[in-house]
Amino acid sequence: MNDSSSAVELKNVVKKFDEVTAVDDLDLTIGDGEFFSLLGPSGCGKTTTLRMIAGLELPTAGSVSIHGEEMGLKPPNKRPVNTVFQNYALFPHMTVAGNVEFGLQMQKVPKEKRSELIDWAISLVEMDGLSHRKPTQLSGGQQQRVALARALVNRPEVLLLDEPLGALDLKLRQQMQIELKNLQREVGITFVYVTHDQEEAVTMSDRIGVMHEGKLLQIGTPEDIYERPTTRFVADFIGRSNFLDATIASENEVVLSNGDRLQLQSDHETGESVAITVRPERLKIHKKGEGSTDQHQLDGIVETVVYLGNAIVYSVSIDWMHLEVRSPETSSSRYSTGDEVTVSFDPRYVSVVSG
Amino acid sequence: MKRVDTPGLETQAVKAKARQGFFIGLPSIVYLIIFFIIPLGYVIAYSFATRSRSGRTELRDWNVDAYVRLGEDVVQAVAWRSLWIAALTTVICLLLAYPLAFYISTRRPIIRNLLLIGIMIPFWSNFLIRTYAWRVLLSSDGLFTRIVEELGLGDGRILFTKPAVILGLVYGYLPFMVLPLYASIERIDWSLVEGARDLYASGWKAFRRVVWPLSRPGVVAGSILVFVPSFGAYVTPAILGGNKESLMGSYIVDQFMDARNGPLGSSLSVLVLGVMLIGTMIYFRQGGRNL
Repeated sequence: MNDSSSAVELKNVVKKFDEVTAVDDLDLTIGDGEFFSLLGPSGCGKTTTLRMIAGLELPTAGSVSIHGEEMGLKPPNKRPVNTVFQNYALFPHMTVAGNVEFGLQMQKVPKEKRSELIDWAISLVEMDGLSHRKPTQLSGGQQQRVALARALVNRPEVLLLDEPLGALDLKLRQQMQIELKNLQREVGITFVYVTHDQEEAVTMSDRIGVMHEGKLLQIGTPEDIYERPTTRFVADFIGRSNFLDATIASENEVVLSNGDRLQLQSDHETGESVAITVRPERLKIHKKGEGSTDQHQLDGIVETVVYLGNAIVYSVSIDWMHLEVRSPETSSSRYSTGDEVTVSFDPRYVSVVSG
Repeated sequence: MKRVDTPGLETQAVKAKARQGFFIGLPSIVYLIIFFIIPLGYVIAYSFATRSRSGRTELRDWNVDAYVRLGEDVVQAVAWRSLWIAALTTVICLLLAYPLAFYISTRRPIIRNLLLIGIMIPFWSNFLIRTYAWRVLLSSDGLFTRIVEELGLGDGRILFTKPAVILGLVYGYLPFMVLPLYASIERIDWSLVEGARDLYASGWKAFRRVVWPLSRPGVVAGSILVFVPSFGAYVTPAILGGNKESLMGSYIVDQFMDARNGPLGSSLSVLVLGVMLIGTMIYFRQGGRNL
């Protein structure tokens, strides 16, 4: 991605609170018009990163640029970004329309233009008819929409969203995820979205940056992150995963702890302890000694069977560990506890991560 | 299945609850009747009573003469002067207390508590004694006077003048302004200020549009808590104001003690009471709307 099309650029950004390092040497470029998610567990520094873009925190070191312009010490009101806060931060003493109008008034937008924009933003989030309500008279989902309208009405270059769906129940959250994604396409504004919900990030994002302990571990499309995690943390945090301890034998071979050899490319050093990771749905389960064409096979015994409706999850005990195998419910054969089985996988769906 | 009817059970429960509440409140109800309601009744009755030649108040020939006298120039002057002093005291208290309350509520909890204790320490000693202490400070060779003169700020001898009264009132009632202001500022969610800043508001605009309106209940409460007692103040004007310009409080005392005019003293008291009542009503209405 070249500089001219970057909406947000962070260079060597560090943020320390007293002695605690919240964000540790972060480099990140977010493209114009992109839906970018910062994903990580609570306390990983994702919200702090967002707040530094907004200007609500200043970095201890490093630089933040928006559309190529260095932000430096600029206060939030001088930055071309708007934020949707986690708790919405709606002004309780103003109506819905008053909240939406606030940013326009501050920018001294003329009155006629203001009411036009307010109408646009309120109907964009489908809140028509509720503009005279106070925030306390709205449901959580409605408040969320107002927060969105209040930010979008300013047509910011970049919209920052801090876990905006966190307070909503699952059904509404899933619905809002799709609406948000559509909205982003409609308005064409760069979204930087902070969440700890991996499903949410995968559903909506063009790209995801996974953060852990102040560091950005991996950046990529949802598919990259899911199918080709580069660290154990990422593989573990996004979806479910099996980790098999292994050692690097050469540039394209790893040895599992039972001595099996796998042909896998990796850029780890020979002799390094690593883990190979494979998703439960990428493992295939067969009756022992039957019908697998896969190169890699492990024998084991079924320990538990969990029925999930659309899938069946087996826990298979192999010599030195348990493997989680997720098999579609439509699969022809079923197994039960105690069955001797063979688990196989295709090396294309396996990643090597640091031990 | 047969329906089980429980007629009246709910009503009985509600009645029992109400009875219980009455018994718990009984001691204070009795106390208030004896020491508040009955004396108040006397004051109101006196204000409609007749003053005999010898200066005794006689509860007969009910009339409104005492209320008519409230329109006299002397009385009007006292009332307006009191109103003016109370208003000035309130404004000065607000100007001093708001930054202080803001400062306190944005400190770390431990510092905050220390500062709040600091605000309340004066209450540990008697108000009368503290007011007399000001008399010492303000005397012609007192600390205040000397500092003012050393600094070349002019004549520091303000004792027994209006400024001295206002100084004493501000000193006495400042905590009543600080505490409600603190309570309402402390409750403000700071993410609202961040929200305002994010929506292009400067620091000042964020204060004007978000912090100030949300602290309004504290401003109203504090103003009434300062205005109402300042309007009826007796001790401070008596000690620091001398007898040149009498205010409501001392004027009422004068009517009862020197002029021996019970009805006028009472009608004046009812007037003060009315002002206080209006203030309290404003307070509750504002509180109800904003909280």
